[in-house]
Amino acid sequence: MEVIFKRPKALSDREFTYCPGCHHGIIHRLIAEVIDELDIQEKTIMVAPVGCSVFAYEFFEVDGTVAPHGRALAVATGIKRALPDRIVFTYQGDGDLAAIGIAETIHAANRGEKLTTIFVNNAVYGMTGGQMAPTTLLGQKTTTTPYGRTAANDGYPLHVSEALSTIGGVAYLERTTVSTTKDILNTKKAIKKAFLAQIKGLGFGMVEVLSTCPTNWGMSPVEAQNWLLENMVKEFPPKVFVDKVGD
Amino acid sequence: MKKLMMKGNEAIAESAIRAGCRLYFAYPITPQSEIAEYMARRLPEVGGVFLQTESEIATVNMVYGAACTGKRAMTSTSSPGFSLMQEGISYIAGAELPCVFVDVVRGGPGLGNIQPSQGDYFQAVKGGGHGDYRLIVLAPSTLQEAVDLTQLAFDLADRYRNPVLILADGMIGQMMEPVELLKMRDLSTLPDHSDWALRGARNREPHRIAAFNIDPVGLERMNKRLQEKYRLIEASEQRWEEYKVDGAEYLMVGYGTMGRILKSVVDSLREEGIPVGLFRPVTLWPFPKKRLKELAEKVKLIFVVEMSSGQMVEDVQISVEGKVPVHFYGRMGGFVPTPEEILSAFKEVRKWK
Repeated sequence: MEVIFKRPKALSDREFTYCPGCHHGIIHRLIAEVIDELDIQEKTIMVAPVGCSVFAYEFFEVDGTVAPHGRALAVATGIKRALPDRIVFTYQGDGDLAAIGIAETIHAANRGEKLTTIFVNNAVYGMTGGQMAPTTLLGQKTTTTPYGRTAANDGYPLHVSEALSTIGGVAYLERTTVSTTKDILNTKKAIKKAFLAQIKGLGFGMVEVLSTCPTNWGMSPVEAQNWLLENMVKEFPPKVFVDKVGD
Repeated sequence: MKKLMMKGNEAIAESAIRAGCRLYFAYPITPQSEIAEYMARRLPEVGGVFLQTESEIATVNMVYGAACTGKRAMTSTSSPGFSLMQEGISYIAGAELPCVFVDVVRGGPGLGNIQPSQGDYFQAVKGGGHGDYRLIVLAPSTLQEAVDLTQLAFDLADRYRNPVLILADGMIGQMMEPVELLKMRDLSTLPDHSDWALRGARNREPHRIAAFNIDPVGLERMNKRLQEKYRLIEASEQRWEEYKVDGAEYLMVGYGTMGRILKSVVDSLREEGIPVGLFRPVTLWPFPKKRLKELAEKVKLIFVVEMSSGQMVEDVQISVEGKVPVHFYGRMGGFVPTPEEILSAFKEVRKWK
């Protein structure tokens, strides 16, 4: 019998520790499939973040380390500068990449570091229990915005991809979702292009994936999916911002 | 080999390159910026990487990343910058990565000033970051020693898979002295580290480097292993210099620039017929406790001088276990005590004994 669907080689056989309905599992698998298809598993090094996906480095069958909170792109820069012919990627949430690590994000992008970043934006701090993130929507209730986020007190949802789109060192930048089959396939294509930007030496590549957090949003997985499609995509429209990779 | 007249910061930079360092990341801060400037010019000549970073926080994490590959990496900074690096240093120590830090200490606290100081002793030696970890801390008192200890720093870092700190001060960084540099190290002779380094999992299981363990049993096990390593370092790496300690009734103790000035104080006192010797710790961690305790049993008084309010003096007190009175004299604010003021401070104390 012909096998037409199996676990990607670049994914370990450890069971995911994510909550039901969380998108990390889908996104992990897409990255692993891309690594397989590009045949780069043996030269890929990953930098895992702080937060729910801290264990990501154990879910991928590649060399990896865990950076201090927000510093994944600095750690990745050190690795890539030491070994320019290896493929280095970071996997970061919105708290990690857009709050404490925003300086590292902007400057790695601006230097055009030949790195790939998967930015998982679920508009909330997951592991610490659902506090406000820079990307939390106006009016969205979190444990630290119990009356809903207000611009007056908390500022506005931070549009990281829009901000990075003005930066010269960025070679590929796209915002996607994994809400439907079509979106999943599109996200995979985006991830592949972000890796190709690195492989071709064009510069910094990032894919922002809008993602659910049913547990901290206090929703069922289906409700969360719908909330994302009804609310998050309005604030953060999926879009190709920069594409120096081409077809 | 011929001697070259060099500035301290530049001598340290050149020595690091000769030790095989090809990866240097830093954010400018006085009084050590010449290290970065020297590296920016010199590293491309030897196929190395120089990167000026956006902050000391980014710096320490780039060093972390570079060290993950098993290659020789370093950074240099001065006190406020070193404070910013503490979180990353805790991670690096926990992940057991070899790399070298240089802290050219300036006046503090806060922004302080840019004059020489020894006020970083606590954060360097006691651990400014979180958790139970240690740095190996080397304190040069001459530029030749700075050159030699820079070489040793990389070797110790590799041997113990532990970050090593060269704790200098603005005086060491900014002064000029003739130095004899060591030969350029052949990179192929450096430790390989392919058994743990992150280089891509070709024909082997993936390597994973991280300083965490969610399981308390696992984390305590990791800590116990670290402590075993630190005990081994304490037993094997205590270094110091003794000067005229034979027949000494009084012992002066100081490190780095202060240790150097105390030498002339000892000479002056010896000329006056007062039997004084000098004990200069070269490793601040591990502190050379064993030898200091032996010497403490032979003298009437120990006189510690520091360019701080008295930070190392606590390690001296711990080492001598109360066997002999320990007195302290220090200056802050960037003042380097002169031999004359140390002499009179010492004579004042001696009158009481």
